[in-house]
This record gives sequence, C-alpha cells and structure tokens, in this order.
Amino acid sequence: MGTMRTVPDFSVVRSGHEVQIPEQVSVPWQGLHRAVSRAPTIPGPAPAGRGGAAPRMRSGAAAAPRHRRGGAAAAAPAGAAGGGGGRRGRKKMPGKLKVKIVAGRHLPVMDRASDLTDAFVEVKFGNTTFKTDVYPKSLNPQWNSEWFKFEVDDEELQDEPLQITVLDHDTYSANDAIGKVYIDIDPLLYSEAATVISGWFPIYDTIHGIRGEINVVVKVDLFNDLNRFRQSSCGVKFFCTTSIPKCYRAVVIHGFVEELVVNEDPEYQWIDRIRTPRASNEARQRLISLMSGELQRKIGLKVLEMRGNAVVGYLQCFDLEGESGLVVRAIGTACTLDKLSNTSAFLPACNSPSKEMKEIPFNEDPNPNTYSSGPSTPLKNQTYSFSPSKSYSRQSSSSDTDLSLTPKTGMGSGSAGKEGGPFKTLLRQQTQSALEQRGGSPRRFCTRREFPFFTLTTFPPGFLLHVGGVVSARSVKLLDRIHNPAFVGIMGNTRSYKLLDWNSFNSDEPETRDAWWAEIRQEIKSHAKALGCHAVVGYSESTSICEEVCILSASGTAAVLNPRFLQDGTMEGCLEQRLSWQPGFFSIGSEKGEVDFFPQSQDSSSLLGIEEASPPGCGFCHIPYDELNMPFPAHLTYCYNCRKQKVPDVLFTTIDLPVEAIVVGKGCLIQARLCRLKKKAQAEANATSISNLLPFMEYEVHTQLMNKLKLRGMNALFGLRIQITVGENMLMGLASATGVYLAALPTPGGIQIAGKTPNDGTYEQHISHMQKKINDTIAKNKELYEINPPELPEEIIGSPIPEPRQRSRLLRSQSESSDEVTELDLSHGKKDAFVLEIDDTDAMEDVHSLLTDVPPPSGFYSCNTEIMPGINNWTPEIQMFTAVRVSRLSNINPTNQTLNKNFNDLCENLLKSLYFKLRSMVPCCLCHVNFTVALPEDELVQIAVTAVAITYDKNQALQANKAPTEKSQQRASTDNEEQLQFPLELCSDPLSSQPFSPAKEVLEGASSHTGIPAAQRATSVDYSSFADRCNSWIELIKLKAQTIRRGSIKTTTSLEKASPLAEGYLRHRSVPSCTNSTVSVVKMTPLSFLPGAKITKYLGIINMFFIRETTSLREEGGVSGFLHAFIAEVFAMVRAHVAALGGNAVVSYIMKQCVFMENPNKNQAQCLINVSGDAVIFVRESELEMLPVQPSAAAPQHTSSAGDVTT
Amino acid sequence: MSSDLDVFVGNTTLIDEEVYRLWLDGHSVAEAVARRLRGGVLEREGTSVAVLQSDTRDHYRTFQMLERLLHAPPRLLQQLLFQIPPERQALLIQRYYAFDEALARELLGKKLSKGTKKELDEVSARTGVGIRSCRRQFDNFKRVFKAVEELRGPLAENIQQLFLLPPALARDYAAIVFFANSRFETGKRRLQFLSFADFAACAQSLMGHWSQGALAPEAAEPDGDLPKSFLQDLKELKVLVADKDLLDQHKSLVCSALRGKISVHNELEANFKALSRALVNVGGKLTHARDVRDFFVDLVEKVIEPCRSDKWSPGDLRLFLTHYTAAPRNLPGFRHQALWERYMAAISACLLRMYHD
Repeated sequence: MGTMRTVPDFSVVRSGHEVQIPEQVSVPWQGLHRAVSRAPTIPGPAPAGRGGAAPRMRSGAAAAPRHRRGGAAAAAPAGAAGGGGGRRGRKKMPGKLKVKIVAGRHLPVMDRASDLTDAFVEVKFGNTTFKTDVYPKSLNPQWNSEWFKFEVDDEELQDEPLQITVLDHDTYSANDAIGKVYIDIDPLLYSEAATVISGWFPIYDTIHGIRGEINVVVKVDLFNDLNRFRQSSCGVKFFCTTSIPKCYRAVVIHGFVEELVVNEDPEYQWIDRIRTPRASNEARQRLISLMSGELQRKIGLKVLEMRGNAVVGYLQCFDLEGESGLVVRAIGTACTLDKLSNTSAFLPACNSPSKEMKEIPFNEDPNPNTYSSGPSTPLKNQTYSFSPSKSYSRQSSSSDTDLSLTPKTGMGSGSAGKEGGPFKTLLRQQTQSALEQRGGSPRRFCTRREFPFFTLTTFPPGFLLHVGGVVSARSVKLLDRIHNPAFVGIMGNTRSYKLLDWNSFNSDEPETRDAWWAEIRQEIKSHAKALGCHAVVGYSESTSICEEVCILSASGTAAVLNPRFLQDGTMEGCLEQRLSWQPGFFSIGSEKGEVDFFPQSQDSSSLLGIEEASPPGCGFCHIPYDELNMPFPAHLTYCYNCRKQKVPDVLFTTIDLPVEAIVVGKGCLIQARLCRLKKKAQAEANATSISNLLPFMEYEVHTQLMNKLKLRGMNALFGLRIQITVGENMLMGLASATGVYLAALPTPGGIQIAGKTPNDGTYEQHISHMQKKINDTIAKNKELYEINPPELPEEIIGSPIPEPRQRSRLLRSQSESSDEVTELDLSHGKKDAFVLEIDDTDAMEDVHSLLTDVPPPSGFYSCNTEIMPGINNWTPEIQMFTAVRVSRLSNINPTNQTLNKNFNDLCENLLKSLYFKLRSMVPCCLCHVNFTVALPEDELVQIAVTAVAITYDKNQALQANKAPTEKSQQRASTDNEEQLQFPLELCSDPLSSQPFSPAKEVLEGASSHTGIPAAQRATSVDYSSFADRCNSWIELIKLKAQTIRRGSIKTTTSLEKASPLAEGYLRHRSVPSCTNSTVSVVKMTPLSFLPGAKITKYLGIINMFFIRETTSLREEGGVSGFLHAFIAEVFAMVRAHVAALGGNAVVSYIMKQCVFMENPNKNQAQCLINVSGDAVIFVRESELEMLPVQPSAAAPQHTSSAGDVTT
Repeated sequence: MSSDLDVFVGNTTLIDEEVYRLWLDGHSVAEAVARRLRGGVLEREGTSVAVLQSDTRDHYRTFQMLERLLHAPPRLLQQLLFQIPPERQALLIQRYYAFDEALARELLGKKLSKGTKKELDEVSARTGVGIRSCRRQFDNFKRVFKAVEELRGPLAENIQQLFLLPPALARDYAAIVFFANSRFETGKRRLQFLSFADFAACAQSLMGHWSQGALAPEAAEPDGDLPKSFLQDLKELKVLVADKDLLDQHKSLVCSALRGKISVHNELEANFKALSRALVNVGGKLTHARDVRDFFVDLVEKVIEPCRSDKWSPGDLRLFLTHYTAAPRNLPGFRHQALWERYMAAISACLLRMYHD
C-alpha cells in the first residue's frame, strides 16, 4: 500500500473524475484523442478505483470474499458477483473430462547411460493429477493408459487448460520433466464443434523446444440437457474471423462485447528470483492460459446476457506491463448465429415468453432520451454540431467541453454498471438507467448505451449504408506500479494463478485499465457521431508499451448501418427482438435517430427511400454527415456512380472492401512509415513529450498516406491500420492500408510540387524534374494497377496528369464559378492536386521518400485486406508465412531523416525479400499483409510480418474481364449471399432485391447527369477521415503548405468490373496431391476463407501463448536460429491442435504478439508469441462437386469426410 | 542499418532446390550467395544482394534444422515441425543421400571408421568433392552401415525401408555396405579402371546369387555377410581343377561347344586350364578374410587381364562363361552342379561387368 501513489479518500470519487478532465491534455483532432494522464492525474483514476473499484472489478471472477476496500459499500457485493457470481445463481453445469494417454514417439534421450528414456505422463486438470505407468527404456513408449476422469464444473472447463507433462522416471533423483502439452478443451464445450480431441501433440519445453510427440485422446461429457447447456457460457462460440463465419448465418448481430482481466506477471514476482527460468515460463504460460479462459468465459456470459450465442471478430490481446502487471483484454462482436443446416433452431428460443416479457419494457421505454440522439435540445445540438468555431474552442479549453460528448463522470460508473452484480440479471438498459439514477447525473442525454462498435470488417451487402471515415483515438498513460507484498502468500497455493485472489488486493488496477479504455471508446463514439454516424465498424484496439508509458489506441470506421434493412427483417420474430436487445446499435440506428442526423437534408423526408434506391455499388461511399454542417472541411461531389448523392473525394476506412463496391483496376498495399526522435525521459515528462509528438506523427502519417494514394492514382483506402510504437528514444508510426480506385469517387488529382523560390532558374529546373518524375510515376502506377476509368466525352482535360500550370489555371477559373461548395470550404481552397511545397530539406525528403517505394515485381500484387480488389480467380495454392526482422539503427547521431530512411528501407527490403522468397508462386498476391513494429531496445527495430500468398490464374482473369457485366454481377450477388451467409429474409427486402444492377443505374446516372457543370462536381483532396478541427492542424497546414485544388473531373461507369472475390467463383486447379504423408496437412491463413474450398465446420478458436527461452543462444544458431525454430514450433503446435480437433485448416490466423528479448553477452534470449485463429474443416470445391447434394445446403454434413482431407 | 535477426518461416516449408544443392555441396552462406549471383538470379528477379543473403541464410537454417531429421528419414515424415509436401520430402531425402560416385569409389571396401574420416581431406582433394560434402557423405555411408549391419533380410530392402531411398539408390547403398562389410580391396592400381557402378553391380550380383537371402528370405544372417556354409562348400568345387580328368573333359566340352563361335578359340584352348584354375580358386579362397579382400584383384589379374591381352571380345567372354558354367552338367562324377551354377552365376556377372577398358 505504501507504494501506491496516493491514498485519497474515496469520498472524493466523483470529484476525482471531474478534476481529472481539465488536467488531461486533450487534443481532439479529427478522430484523434491524446490524453496524457499527468502526475496529478494518475491519482485521479486511482481514487475512483479505490472507491468504485469493487463494483467494477473486472477480474474478480467468482466470489470475491477478500474485498478489503469496500469503499463503494453499496456496490461491493455486486462486484463480487460480477463475473462468475451471476452464474453462480444458476445451477452449475458439471461435466466429466476424460483423458487417455496413448503413446509417445521420438522422445529425447534422458538417460545418457542407456541412451533411452523411462517415460511416464502426468495429466493435470485443476487440482487433480493422474499419472500413467512408467514405460521403461524406450523413446517410443506405448502407455495406452486407462481413461483418466476429471469431474469438474463448467467454469473450470472454460478457464483451465488440460496440462499434460511427460517426465523421465528416475529412481534415485527427482524425475526430469521432458516437456508439456497444454490443451484448450474449450472446443469440446460447443455443441456443434469438435467432439473429441485426438492426435499427436508436440511435447514442448520452454527451454528445449519441441521434444518428441505424444498421442492423447480427450473427451468431455456434459451432464445436462441441451437447453441448460445453452444457458451456460460454455455454449458460446468464439470466432476470430471478422465476418460472419462461412457456414453460419447471422440471425442477430448484437454488438460490442469487451472485457479485461489483470494479474501480476509471474516473471516479476519475488518467487521468480529463486525458481528456474523453466518454472517461470511455465507459470506464465499457464497463467495466461487461465486468464484467457477466464476472459473468454466472461465475454461468453455477456453474450448470453445479450441473448447471443457467439462472438465474431474476437480479438484478445496481452499487455505485458512489466512490473505493473499483465493485462489480458478482449473485444468482439456478439451475434446470434444459426448454422445454415438448421435454420429453425433459433426461432423457438427467441419467441420464448420469458424473453418477450423482458422485451416489452424495452420497446416502450419511457425515457426516450436514452435512445434518441435527437438534436432538438440545445444541448444536443452542441453535441453533434461541429461548426469550426466550436471545434476550435474545444481544444483550447481542453477536453472539458468534451463533457457534452463524453461525460467522464458517467464513464466510470457506466462501466461499473456493466459489471454491477445486482443488475447483472437485469436488462442492460435497465442497469444503465439504474446507474444513472445512482450517479445522479443530470446529463442523461449522453448515451449510456453500449458502444455501437463492431469488430467485423466484412458485412452483408446493403448492411453498410454509409461510411463516414476512419475514427481513431489515442491516449498516453502512465502505468501504475504496484507493489503489494500482501498477495504474494496466496500465490503459493495450487490455484494461485486463479486471479481472483490477487485481484481483490489490487482492485484499482483493472479499474484503471477499464476506465482508460472506456474513455477511448467514448471518444471514438463521439468522433463517429461527429461524422454523422451511429456505429463504428472494423473496430480494433491496441497498445504500445515502453517502460511505464503506454499508448492506448483504438480505431474504426464510422458508419451508418441500414436500419430499414434491419427492421424489414423483423417480419421474423427474432429480428424484432434484436432491435430491442441492442440499444446501442439499434436505437441510434432507428429512423428517428437517423433523421436527426440529416435534419437539414433537402430530401430528408425521403431520405431513407433514397438510400435504398441508390445502387449498392456506391451507396456506402455517400456521405453520412450533413453537407451543410460538415464536421471537417471536405470537398464533395455527386457520386460518380449514381449521380444522386454526395461523395467525398477520398475515403479512408478500416474495413475490408465491401463486396458490392465497384472498383476500377486493382488495389495495392500502401504504407506510411515514420520515425520521430524523442528525448529519453522519465514518467510524466516522457508521457508529455510523447503526447506532444503524436499529433505531428498522425499528421505526417496521414500526409504520406494521402500522397502515396495519389501517386497510385487511387482514391480510397481500406483496411487502414495505424500503429504508433513507443520506444525509449523514438516513436515509430506505421500505417498500412489497401489503396483502391472506387468508381463512385472522383478521380484524384495529381501531385504538384511548388518551390519556395520560384525565381531561381536551377531550382525551377529541379522542381520541374521532380514534377516530371512524379507524373511519370503516377502514369506508371495507373498502368500497373489498371486504373483506367472511362472518361466522359466532354471531359476537357484529357490526360490524367495535365501539365501543372495549365491545369491550375484552368481549375482555378472553374473553382471561382463554383459556389455551392465554397461556402463550406473552410480552409484550403478549391484546388485539385496536392501541392507539395518544397520549402525545406524536410519536404525534399518527403518527396524523395515518396518515390522510393518500389512497386512489387511483375506477377505480384499485395494488399492488407482479405481480398485483393480486382483479382477474382484465385487458385487453391496458398502459403502463409511469418517473417521477423530486427535491425539496429546504427547511426551515432540519428536524425529524423536518417531514421525515416532507415525505417523505410527496412520495410521496403522486407517486402522485397518476401517477393523474392515467394517468386515461385507467381502470379500471386500477398493478402492480409500485416506488419507489426516493436522497439525492443534502444536502436533496435523489430518488424514482424504475417501474410498469405495466394496464387491466381492470370489467363482466367482476362476471361473474367470479358465476361458480360450482368453475369458477373449476378454471380457476385449469389456469391455474396453464400459468402456472408446472411439470412435470406434479410436479403429479400426491397433494398437487396434489386441491388445488383449497378450497370443500369450507372448508365442512367451518367446520361442524366452529364450536363452538370464541372464546377458543381468540384472535388478536393482532403482528409475526409482525419480532417482536423484543432489548432495544430492549422499550424501544420501553415507549416506544410498543404494546398488543395480541384481535381480533374472524370466519371467512371462501373461497367468495367465489379469483381468481388467469392468462393463460387474460384477455379480449382488441381494441386499435386500428397498421398502417403503420415502427418495430415493443416493449412493456415490469415484470411477468413480458403480459395477453392468450402469451410464446412468451425471447430473452435485457437488461442495459444508460448514462451521460449535459451541460455545457449550461439549454439542454437544465434538469434535468427532461435527465433526461426521457435516460430516453426509455434506453427507446428497450432497445426497439431487443429489436426487433433479433426480440422485441416486455421483461418483468420494472426500472430498477435511476438516479444523478443536477447542478451547476447549472457548468451541468452527469450521470446513470447501469442497466436490465434479459427480451426476449421474445409472441403475442396472439386470434391464438393462430386457429391450429389448442393454444396451450400450440404456443407455441414460433409464434415466427417473432410477430416482427413490432405493436400 | 544491419539486420541482427532476420527470419522467414512459411507454414509450408519453402525448399529452394538450388540452395539445397549448394548446402549439400558444403558451401558456406557466402559462397552460396556468390554462386547464386553468378547464376544470374539478381538480373532475373531484380532483387538485391542483401535479399539474396537473407534468403540463403533462411534456407541454410532450415536445412540445418532438417538435417537432424534427415538422419532418420522416417522421422522426417512423422515430424510435426516442418510441413513439407511428400514429394518435397522425397526430394530432400534423395538429395541428402545422393553421393558422388568418385567419392564412393574411393571409400569402397574401406572401413567406415574415424581413421578413414580423417583421410577425407585427401579424398576430397583427389575427387574434387568439397570436404564438408565428403564428410556428410561419409557420415551417410556410416549411418546406413550402422543401421543395417545387424539386420536380417535383403540389404537393399532394409535400407530402402529405413531410409526411404529410391530403389536404385538403396541398391547402391547396399553395395557400399556390402563392400565395407567384406572389406574387398578396390584401391589397387590394376582395379582403377573399375568404376563405382561396376563394383555396385558386382556387389548386387554377389549378394543376389550368393547370400542366404537369395535362397531363403528368412535367413538368419544379414545379407552383407556372405554365408559361411556356402563359402565353405565352395572348396568342393576345386575338384574341377584338381582332378586332371575332369579338367580335360571340361576343356574339351567347352572348346568343342565354342568352336567357330568365338574369335579367340585358339587362345581359349591354350589358356583354358589357367583360366579355369583361376575361376575355381577365387571361390576356394573365400573362407579366409584375407583372401576375400583379394577377390576382385584376383578376378582382374587372373581372368580379365589374360583375356584382355588375348583380345577377347566381351561377346567371347560371355559365350565362354555360359558354356564354361553349363558344361560340368555333363561331366561324369561331378555332383556339385547346383553349387557350381550358383557360384558361377555371380562370378560371370561380375566378370562381364568388369570386362571393359
């Protein structure tokens, strides 16, 4: 306790929050929020934690009998019931876990004398341990044990991993451990997933790696009927996949679920000083396994409360906070999924009387304020209007103006409410209003709903009405150090890692983390609102930690989802229910709310009608915000596709390209890379300097992205992911996205370079030389990515990149005539192209670096989305890989420029190296290219890349292009249905009944709108997603002289190709089949699908955490040898688990963490890797065709035959 | 900016055949990169030396990790660490166990011991095979030898099963094991004209006709050892040269049968007794290990060289051997016809194989 920074009286809880706000340095900057919790601020959350901790204690799972701080006395017992407590009320669901140890093979020699091993196995679950007999003198023991039976309750089943230890019997000394296998038995707890886990598992040791294999059979008998089963969190399915899994349909998408648990990191416990590295590593692995299980179970409970049965887009992360602990957090999207084979299964359940009863108060909620975000009250206008003056005033007074948007007062208790035990069984909404009363906050207009966030990145056609742009928030925090020796004693007992005990002593910890995230989510939400959107899709969260500083980041894409779409579906009973069950999402999405966002819209009366009439190929591009009251300066044009709605000129999103999107040409991976030096500093000073740097970094990252996008002649980014990584003496920013040319958006203008001293002749020459280079690059890129949107006949400007001077003159004259847009344009003119003013060396560098990006060699494309726009004829050959590089920035006196160059080279070389490695697969596309940057030490940069290379058929692509549009559209539509597996009922509403005829629409649109004067279609290049509302923006603008001009006008008919990738479209190319392999092949891919194959069954989530350590680094081939082996081992263990579940692939695979540390002087290294994915069974389409039944309908039945499919 | 750590791991292990070859040949990473550069990969792929280095190092690491598994190929098939398509696994194994015939020729009949391994430097210099590659190949020979030394049944099949080699390669290894086991002298100058392939063929003939496996598959002794009882029995054949009558009758039978059929009939008549004595005595000596060593030397010295100096054509030799083997059937009082034919089948095969310049 003495080490706590402050021990304030909990009576100041409320004020603690209030005080905190003004002290935050909050610089909201178009979707950015940075808040440094400065020294005085840290106690801010802390007292809140003290007082309010108990009810909000996240990780206090079951009973929390040892609450020492009963500060918020009223809620303390509630908190105790928070996690497991709620369920404790229900009957426990007992089960029997049965394990059989069959055999081992390739064991290491443990007895040097005999060159053999006397192996036996310990099987441990919870507190129970069984042992096999010793199988003497063999490296291939055959135990063939009896069934070991563990009688356990469901909570244990969910939290605990099965732990199998292989040992060498030694008569005279202690038995030596050979290695362990942890088996997550969660997949056995779903009714439809795997029924048995059986197979060879690598025996893993954290020091020696894989040491032989063991054959194990695991089964679970649950002693309850199916109904009760469904009530348990056990039944909730988890999917990493960020779309609706292939063989399911979404009956209801409930919305955001999140949870976090905290514990002390065993690596930093006192006991670590006296135990072996192996023991330490195993303690850590086991702890994280337990924490993951617990987290998953708790999320499961939340899902059940929402009446869902699955979590899609489940993203679990670890924050290794060092001495201050270990945080495991997860977010996901709760859904009610229905297996496609048994459509009716869900219906009776949702019509059950009990549920309807609960629905009623909801639908007729007496307090409309909670739901509507109607701007009728002045307060609300304040909230949603983003007039420039307003926004500028905001940052001057820091974030307290934010109160109207994000009442921090409510925040704490709001999140407390979520866990509040007494309310646990009540409806969420009721809980929230109850809390409001308790909190006594008068500002109830602020939404107390769940965050309307969706971790999904792919949606069924028509689901996304509009996309506003990227919203993101970052916050710099100081990690609290916790030294609390009191709990250490507890760690001694067997269930010591059961976090509850520990957490009850440190309840402020989870509270703090919770509040941090809640704050950021609130920020995101308000940014989304500012963009006129009620939902955030493609949402994700991340952290970067260096010493005691932590940057929390969240980002997503503000979007308007189709309420009508959803309501039409309510013909089906359960959809109605859905509406009432998910206030956060649906009430905002209700028509009322919708209209609120478009009050001034000319056709507001028929707004929704218009939406639905707009062709799906462009609808999502149409601006969701009010064009007269735009949240940021942007230039709008009429949609180049339908000509009816306004579109921005550039669109940034974090989601995958919607399948219905009409794209011209192909896409490409675009990366912005940035380094910024930072002084080494301690604690607050450090946090402050980081937060001061952040806006500049965000700005430059954005500028780079924009420049690179234009350099490729494209106008939209998908899958945008910006990482800011903090190191001791620098910050690194890496943004990756997939650029595309959306037919609905205007053609981007070029990039124009302007010199500062135009009179200097040589300088002029230099500038024009640069300009020429840039123009050439753009032209080359357009050719490379096949971007040739058809031009309108009256198009005045013929060439895509006209001679700059001529163009600017031309355009300027046009811009003068344009009056419609000018009024809105607050900052920077109506000019088309980016003007890069080379006024200093910095800018020169920027221009140079723009041109250093080398396009991939011929035959290669790359993207970071699932699907490469413009390629639709994948062949089944895939190669997933992970590449890791650590480079030393060797400069003695590094400058930002040299660092940037180094970083840029590092990334480019890595990509080059990948292309070279995969050259045998040409023509192929690197999909889902995912870069992760870490700064493990001074001057060390670590980049990890995971991606999949997929081959495609070049010849067929040509054919596809020639195919009649109509046909391909049709195909697209059926494919979409198949792919997304959304209910037919949903798709049969007016919107989607006619959605796939954009060609006609476009033609009509083109003919009726060609007369529109160019000026009206004036466009501008702008930060549609990042546009700034704060001073720093303007300053930067001055600094950077970012000018914006109107673009050359072009329209695109969408006839070219709307080529969504779809399974049905894939051509199967026979791959040499391997016949005699003794090990079944398991495919791995970061994508949610396998080309040329149909996923017939999801077997469960794979979520594995491994630590590997060595004290003989040189002998193991140095750092590269060590990590190479470790990554291969991780792959092997993932594959083994999937194969044991009966699966033949992992989809949505992701390496979430790769923490590598070395100490070459001591010849030591350590690495932690966390991976996850969905284990599935797939069947090749060619094999499906042979089966008599129709693939889609028959898919689930084929699972058994698919189990042994090898390729 | 130097890369301290640089790894690439594919779910399916990437195997570059060219780099594998360079690795097998014992080149260092730097040498391999230099060779790849000379191969023009840079121009073809438009990449950089750094990329090539990184790629080569990755492959080398993979191969080093695979090497342990390659020592016991069935483990390569069972292991879970590397996911390698079967055809690639086969390729890895085949290439790993492939050897330079020049090197194998040098080592034929030598004891696969540490002492021999120390002499590999000279062998490497003589054969032009890199020393690291020499050592690897030597270790392969030794590993295979150790693995099948004590096993019963046909040598080649055992090797094929234990090392998953293609049949032809397994047969070659069987020959190497056979030679190493029997320690035949192959290094003498007068044997230099014989290639590894010649010896391998001979070894196959010898094992095929003489070893116990050839008669009874469940034989008690390994194929690598020639059955003692058989060698003992061979002494009985001496009667063919020791008994003057038999020798004369044998000669007249063969000569009359070959009259007009071979070009060297006169020489045959002149040398028949010497030839026959040589052919029979070779077998008679095989009970003594010391004499076994000289088996090939004897054949060359006493049969091949005289024939060659008399300008026998291979066809002549074939005809002669056929009739020479068949004739004793008609010799009154010769009771070892089966033994004789079993003996001569191998000898004939060896001689015909060895009879070249």
